[in-house]
Amino acid sequence: MNITVNGKSLEIEENANILQLLSHLDLHPQRVAVEVNRAIVKRGVYESHTLAKGDEIEILQFVGGGA
Amino acid sequence: MSQTNTLKPEISPEDSPLKIGDIVLHSRLIVGTGKYKSFEETERALEASGTEMVTVALRRVDFGANDHLLNHIDPKKYVILPNTAGCYNADEAIRVARLGREVNNSNLVKLEVLADPDTLLPDPVETLKALQILVKEDFVVMTYTSDDPVMAKRLEEEGSTVVMPAGAPIGSGQGILNENNIRIILERAKVPIIVDAGVGTASDVTRAFELGCEAVLLNTGIAGAKDPICMARAMRYAALAGRAAYLAGRIPKKLYASASSPVKDF
Repeated sequence: MNITVNGKSLEIEENANILQLLSHLDLHPQRVAVEVNRAIVKRGVYESHTLAKGDEIEILQFVGGGA
Repeated sequence: MSQTNTLKPEISPEDSPLKIGDIVLHSRLIVGTGKYKSFEETERALEASGTEMVTVALRRVDFGANDHLLNHIDPKKYVILPNTAGCYNADEAIRVARLGREVNNSNLVKLEVLADPDTLLPDPVETLKALQILVKEDFVVMTYTSDDPVMAKRLEEEGSTVVMPAGAPIGSGQGILNENNIRIILERAKVPIIVDAGVGTASDVTRAFELGCEAVLLNTGIAGAKDPICMARAMRYAALAGRAAYLAGRIPKKLYASASSPVKDF
């Protein structure tokens, strides 16, 4: 099914959950924050949150930055 | 080359640690992680500065990157302070603060809401709006502001745990442009005042501490120096010197001389 991740289209298996998405993208769950359709999803439910077709996902991380 | 730390402990015997929320800091420098040439340079500069708290920004994940900033920041050595850099209104800043809390598992956040990308001056109205919401959501907020004493006090009254007036525009390296404002802010504050932004060289840091600031946050002053590792070390000494000089209680400035030896009697 098609979802959008960080503004780009991505094909992913039906009924994938967030944890599987992160694994697919080679991302560490402890190092990211995830929004699905502009709502933050807590890490504790990454495994139980099933994604739906057309979901818009933002995956954020810490980067270098100062003042 | 030896990396041994020859300046321990980080804190003068006359001093006591700085407390921000639950966090206890011995080093009074807070250092940003932006603008370095590489992660390796970032890591070495942070080490040389002696800092115990580093700021990070929040951005979209870079897919396919083979390294990550957090591979170079040891969470046992450094407290991570997420900031809302890049936000130009309260809603964005609140969103970024909440996301940062998710990644960091901590309520600590450095709030900065800027008015425009050219001046990088803080937007006082949006900053206040964001602060009010974040305080309600139990964040421990360290708030970036201009050196306006009225705004600094309002932010404290609205629940900012720490108030962080700029010495000069971000990245401008001009040091503290208006000492009088910083002094007024310090006189009226009941929360720690931390100079944030505009620091260019060691004497700027020392001056901030001599005035009475509790800490200094800097990034470009180190990362933009010709030798960032050397400058990081300079800033570390500068912080120690300035803070100790403040605690020591300086002599007054006098118009006329005051001899150091007794009057000659022969």
